[in-house]
Amino acid sequence: MVHIKRLQEEGADIIVIIGEIDASSSIELDLAIAKSVGDGYRKILVDCNGLEYISSAGLGVFMSYIEELKDKKVYLVLFGLKERVLNTFSILGLADLLNIRETKSDAKKLADELSV
Amino acid sequence: MFKTKALTRLTSMGALIFWVVLAFSDITVLFADIKSLPSDVPQWLPQVMLDLFIISLFYYYKFKIERDESLNFTDLLWKVFATGLIATVISLAVRLLLFLLGSTPLPTNILFIDLVYQINLGLFINFLLAAYTSWKRLILYQKSKWLIRAWLAFELLLFCILVYDSIHIVVSSTLSNTAILLVSALGLILSFNMRWVAYLNFKQKWTSLLLLLLSIFYLVYFLYSVTILSDTVSQQSTAFIDFQSHVFSIALLAFVITYITFSFLVVLFNLPTSSVFEQKLEEVVSFQRISQSIQTEQNEESVYNILLESSVSAVFADAAWLEMKATDSEQKLYTHKISAQESKDIRAHLEKNKIKGALDQSSDKTKNLSRHLGSLKNSRFRSLLAFPIKVKEETIGTLALLKELPEGFNKEMTRIVSAFANQAGISIENFRLMEEAFQNARYKEELKIAKTVQQSLLPTKLETNLDFEISAFSASADEVGGDYYDTLRINEHEVALIIADVSGKGTTAAFHMSQMKGIFHSLAQQGPSPKDFMTKANKALVYCLERGSFISATYFVINTQTKKVHYSRAGHCPVLYHQAAKDQSVFLKDKGTALGMVRSLDYSNFVENQEIDYQPGDVMVLYTDGITEAKNGKGEEFGGERLAAALQDSAQKSSKEIEENLIKRLYEFSGTEDINDDYTSMTVKFQ
Repeated sequence: MVHIKRLQEEGADIIVIIGEIDASSSIELDLAIAKSVGDGYRKILVDCNGLEYISSAGLGVFMSYIEELKDKKVYLVLFGLKERVLNTFSILGLADLLNIRETKSDAKKLADELSV
Repeated sequence: MFKTKALTRLTSMGALIFWVVLAFSDITVLFADIKSLPSDVPQWLPQVMLDLFIISLFYYYKFKIERDESLNFTDLLWKVFATGLIATVISLAVRLLLFLLGSTPLPTNILFIDLVYQINLGLFINFLLAAYTSWKRLILYQKSKWLIRAWLAFELLLFCILVYDSIHIVVSSTLSNTAILLVSALGLILSFNMRWVAYLNFKQKWTSLLLLLLSIFYLVYFLYSVTILSDTVSQQSTAFIDFQSHVFSIALLAFVITYITFSFLVVLFNLPTSSVFEQKLEEVVSFQRISQSIQTEQNEESVYNILLESSVSAVFADAAWLEMKATDSEQKLYTHKISAQESKDIRAHLEKNKIKGALDQSSDKTKNLSRHLGSLKNSRFRSLLAFPIKVKEETIGTLALLKELPEGFNKEMTRIVSAFANQAGISIENFRLMEEAFQNARYKEELKIAKTVQQSLLPTKLETNLDFEISAFSASADEVGGDYYDTLRINEHEVALIIADVSGKGTTAAFHMSQMKGIFHSLAQQGPSPKDFMTKANKALVYCLERGSFISATYFVINTQTKKVHYSRAGHCPVLYHQAAKDQSVFLKDKGTALGMVRSLDYSNFVENQEIDYQPGDVMVLYTDGITEAKNGKGEEFGGERLAAALQDSAQKSSKEIEENLIKRLYEFSGTEDINDDYTSMTVKFQ
């Protein structure tokens, strides 16, 4: 079960994930990112403070956006990942492909720098 | 069946014989009376014969009409009419004979007149009994305990009267009067049972009216002729017993006339309402069609069409449309006698005027919407009625009915269409549930196939060498995953190993797994470096894997000549390596991104070549995340530490024993045989 919220802050779209992302709930994550991109945000921050677990399908969602976001010059930054979750990202080598920061302010800073 | 037929024949024969005896005994009695001679036959004989004749006929019709289940209402009336017709034709034929005889002395002969009278009386009573039996069936069409008792009492009373008639003893006039009064009252009460009329349709009512009218005509004709004849005979003889003194016949006649008159009037006055009954019946049929449309393997579309048709015919609408949500943004429109453009105009008009309520069922909505229609120019419609169609509390569409008349819909119509709409909603919901069940069954079947494919892709035999031994274990969950492991001998000194986990589940996972197997078997035999292997595999897979799918893998080449393990990790779980010399187990965490993730960039920057010098006694455990992520009842994961501890305990043993220990620990930890993900492990023990 997962609960996904979207809030806007200083021109950035923040996607807050609370719960676990598995094969079925990954669809919701996909939808949230797609909507955010569709709304034309260029800075998307993903708040993973409440993310307890992510399966390969959930990782696949992030992965599937890498190319598209690059083409559209949209910058996606994840922050607040729990150790377990971060471990999953790094084992798969996704940590090298995605922008990951520890705190929200760091993430915001990175997004601001990238989007200049 | 045979018995009934025999009984009908027997009773009809009996009736005929009794009538013949009746006629001749009566003539004999009459003859003796006129000539003042002592009669050869007793005076009571004709009366008894008449009674027997009546009883025989009563049973004849009981078998012929009452027991015949195939007769419907008009058939019953037809039977009465037909009996009347035959009787009248015979009677008229006799009359014609009399007329032809003209001035010969025979027509004036009292005995001959008596014969004619007896013929007419027999026919009349026959007709009355046929009518009586038919009426009985009509009255008892909708039985109740009370009604059956009343009828029994009525029949019993009639029988008593019949017996009383024949014994010819006047007990007391009060008693006989009371009996007559009681019979009349009962007959009258019974005559009010006219429920069958409601079941006739318009055409049947007209037929019934005609049949009843003709039957009344026959009754009047017979009453007239029998009365005239009996008057003629009784003027000349005192021994003659007039039928008018036969109380039973009079009671029977009265009952038949009462009921036939009532029936005629009731049918006549029900004529204007018959269309309402037919309408109601049609509604029931429509209702049934909507609810049954699902069982007959029809699709949602046919439910919509039936709903549209039934609603239009139920409320006599001039046009209608049905708007269904097809997807989130799309609408599907079904129309009846209205163009899509016209309906669009009306909807746009309603929207423009901000008219809400087209979707909720308030009672005064008809009026509201109709009023707003008035302001729409060029529209021929003046009344609009809208209903939501709901599935699981969610509105999936709207049914709109239109009329050219203002105020064209009444409350009754609103109710029936609302019921249709609800039923359609239920039907659609059922249909969707059934579809879902089918889908599930199909999905399960698909999984079965995927599982077979997956199992067949795993090797049955693993490469071995004097330097090392390999054991592998794989258990899959109900939901098929995509765990893959394999070995391949490159040359005398080198053996390639792979362990991989395909993202996703089901058929797709099995399909990707087979691709991975193909890549492994074709690339590995060329003996590339592990990094090269990964780069080439990635290149091949990028074109096969859809967006969001990837494969994590680790590829090993064990060289027994140089005593080295070359490997490259592409996003797969880190290798657990036990060094016998130091007696410690560590995870080899090194850089590497899963296959299929990097598409545009140079993948060779995301994987590395690694190597290990192996010593005898070293152990290498390869596994998939199903093992480390296995959970116990408390929701804790098995994790790397428990895995390492399991290896540490049994590192000195053979690869098979190490593996068995690991699996044992894993199942002990999870506490269940049911696994959520695939467990796959490959243990390499160096010697």
